[in-house]
Amino acid sequence: MSELVLKNGIVYDPINNVNGEKMDILVKDGKIVEKLNGNAKTIDCSGKIVMPGGIEIHSHMAGGKVNGGRLFQPEDHVRFAMPKTKVTRSGTGFSTPTTFLTGYLYSKMGYTTGMTAAMPPLMARHTHEELKDIPMIDKGAYCLTDGNWFIMKYLKNGEIEKCAAYVSWLLKATKGYVVKITNPCGTEAWGWGKNCRSLDDPAPYFDITPRELVKGLVEVNEILKLPHSVHLHANNCGRLGNFVTTLETFKVPNGTKPAAKRQIMHATHIQFHSYGGDTWHNFESKADEIAKAVNSNKNIVIDTGTVTLDHTTTMTADGPLEYYLQSLTHLKWMNRNVEMETSPGITPFIYSRKMPTASIQWAIGLELSLLIKDPWQVLMTTDHPNAGPFIRYPRIIAWLMSRKYREETASKVHKVIYDRSTIDGIDREYSFYDIAIVTRAGEAKALGLSDRKGHLGVGADADIAVYDINPSEIDPSRDYKEIEKKFSSAAYTIKDGEILVKNGEIVQTRYGRTLWVNSKVDGELEKEVMKDIEYNFKRYYSVNLANYPVREEVLTRSTEVTRSASV
Amino acid sequence: MMTDVILVPKVQHKISLEAEVIKPDEFAGKTIEEIKELPVYFGNTVQKLGDFFEVSGSAEENAENLRIVVEGDVSRVKRIGEGMTTGEILVKGDVDMYLGARMKGGRIVVEGSVDSFAGQQMRGGEIEIKGNAKDYLGGSYRGDWRGMRGGRIIVEGNAGKEVAEFMRGGEIIIKGNCDSFAGVHMKKGLVIIEGSVAERVGAEMVGGSIIVLGEMANLLPSFKIGEVVEGLKIDGREFPGKFRKYIGDFAEGPSVKGVIYKRL
Ligand SMILES: [Zn+2]
Repeated sequence: MSELVLKNGIVYDPINNVNGEKMDILVKDGKIVEKLNGNAKTIDCSGKIVMPGGIEIHSHMAGGKVNGGRLFQPEDHVRFAMPKTKVTRSGTGFSTPTTFLTGYLYSKMGYTTGMTAAMPPLMARHTHEELKDIPMIDKGAYCLTDGNWFIMKYLKNGEIEKCAAYVSWLLKATKGYVVKITNPCGTEAWGWGKNCRSLDDPAPYFDITPRELVKGLVEVNEILKLPHSVHLHANNCGRLGNFVTTLETFKVPNGTKPAAKRQIMHATHIQFHSYGGDTWHNFESKADEIAKAVNSNKNIVIDTGTVTLDHTTTMTADGPLEYYLQSLTHLKWMNRNVEMETSPGITPFIYSRKMPTASIQWAIGLELSLLIKDPWQVLMTTDHPNAGPFIRYPRIIAWLMSRKYREETASKVHKVIYDRSTIDGIDREYSFYDIAIVTRAGEAKALGLSDRKGHLGVGADADIAVYDINPSEIDPSRDYKEIEKKFSSAAYTIKDGEILVKNGEIVQTRYGRTLWVNSKVDGELEKEVMKDIEYNFKRYYSVNLANYPVREEVLTRSTEVTRSASV
Repeated sequence: MMTDVILVPKVQHKISLEAEVIKPDEFAGKTIEEIKELPVYFGNTVQKLGDFFEVSGSAEENAENLRIVVEGDVSRVKRIGEGMTTGEILVKGDVDMYLGARMKGGRIVVEGSVDSFAGQQMRGGEIEIKGNAKDYLGGSYRGDWRGMRGGRIIVEGNAGKEVAEFMRGGEIIIKGNCDSFAGVHMKKGLVIIEGSVAERVGAEMVGGSIIVLGEMANLLPSFKIGEVVEGLKIDGREFPGKFRKYIGDFAEGPSVKGVIYKRL
């Protein structure tokens, strides 16, 4: 395989404490190495920024919902189209791009890994069939566990070890990477036409509360010693006054120790969970309260779910939320009950600059990034496509790096933001080092991938992004348009040591790995739980157990991450 | 002074041609040779306008004073005048889909008939069709909930199904008859049907007005029967005679403001 030298780049590699140093990065056989022997190809990176490849920690990029969004929105596809080239296929879709396009667009921005945020276990086969069609990036899927009958029963009965063994089986069966919880218990309640509006509001029949479910799954996650913590979309997403629930939720894992050097809980798209007020007329940002809580709790990592002020699509496993949203907009919507597991929904949404709510939502996303002091705790997402499409990341980077740009946008949105958010008073501007944390290094660490990803140390995967930005010439605070432009189109995206993008154009397509967790538990325990699984499949599921698991052959470059549980 | 650019179709293909470049905005200030070079889509290939049309005349610098005359049948040419903002197009034959879609200004006259989606999401300007129009005249893009919102469409002949679908403004006049679901999902604007109209007129409309001068097939039961009006005045137009007013469509909620006037 090829050898590569990235010469004289200005390197930002936060995991290795490299902050804008001029250095060479050496690549051999898809890995970063210390020495090369001979005829390496040289890329001149002088006057250019070199960072590890970007890592997406929460994006709805593949699966049943995403495809539903594509199918029922032809109008989304007429808004964005990319013709085929000699190396790429054609693709369409602004907020729900086609599979191939998804891979290309991430790669153009210098991203090399991406996680799809919500996979109902029953839809795992569909999800992986789609992931198989997403080229360019390494990928993984988050397995939904919020309204799962097995889990609710085990936890209600206090059978935590059996629950752990079940979740271990579920991850293997679905080739999942993360235990994802969306609106805990609420998605089951939705099957009964109800929702769970507080942490102590139990799911019907199963009589387990969101607090118990989250606490139980946090423990299970640590018993299984999974690479990532639980990944939680908390209750009351998108609801007025929900910041109270969010603050409560942050405390739920207290007392449980993380099994690895990482957070105990990843709380996702917190912009949607930082709302004050009790009517839409006094709706306000509570980002300051949330930031205060995160600043005093090192065991929490959040991602922002920053609103980009676009016409986009909302899609989540939180079916009752989608129902609620369409009752506000009267636009088309979809809901589905995934038997025994969860209840997703979809509806289009327009974050209009003229709307007070959307304007405050925009402010909240940025406030979170700027008020939370430690960038390792506040990762950058748009909860694609819920708060905006991922292709807007460069714009968010520019907002974070430039107070002036924020002021300019603030002057174009509803003036209510000056009263009901703190965005106008915030001077902080991110450095390139901070950006490298919130878009790659922080993600790698939070996902338990930092042994191989999110950094440029020896032994790491040679996933590298080069941007045509010279930090000694460009002042991001003033030249924010330039920052946005350069982060939109990487000078080079290198994946496993191969150049995939050059000057923003795709020059080669490749398939990335599919990462999944091979979770190992005690054999006897697993056998016992298998009996439960077989029994319940016969009794309740509409599919045969044998047809449920995802075959490894479906995965592109199947890469298991093995973890042995403490049970 | 108007100047003309004349397009004569060379051959009619079975595969449709997508030619949104046929509009004064594109032609203005170009030489005939440059106009011939403009890209058109034929199947999955990009070709040149000059491969499909003889081009003559001269293009004015100012699109406002430019008229494009299509001499002949272009019933397999889509998107003529799509997004045009000014000037004029005259087609002396039939036209395929999306004529004047997303048009903002100017004027299109078609001496023949047009296929579906003419005037889709149009915002301004005028389309005059001497023949018939097919379905979704002045409607929305597939999946969208925003149809025509300005300008005027006049059809001398008959119109197909779902005329004025999701209409949000502007005016559509059908001198002949109109098929089913006229004004479906309509929110604002005016539709005048001088002939008769088929069933389910105004289905799920929440606003706007539909005037039917001819016969009207059975109305949806979700409309309320209003009073009889003598001599109708609407948007500065006058219609003599007695009209029955219907309000709906209450299937959409309690506060709908859609109105159908049917001449008695
Ligand atoms: Zn999400």
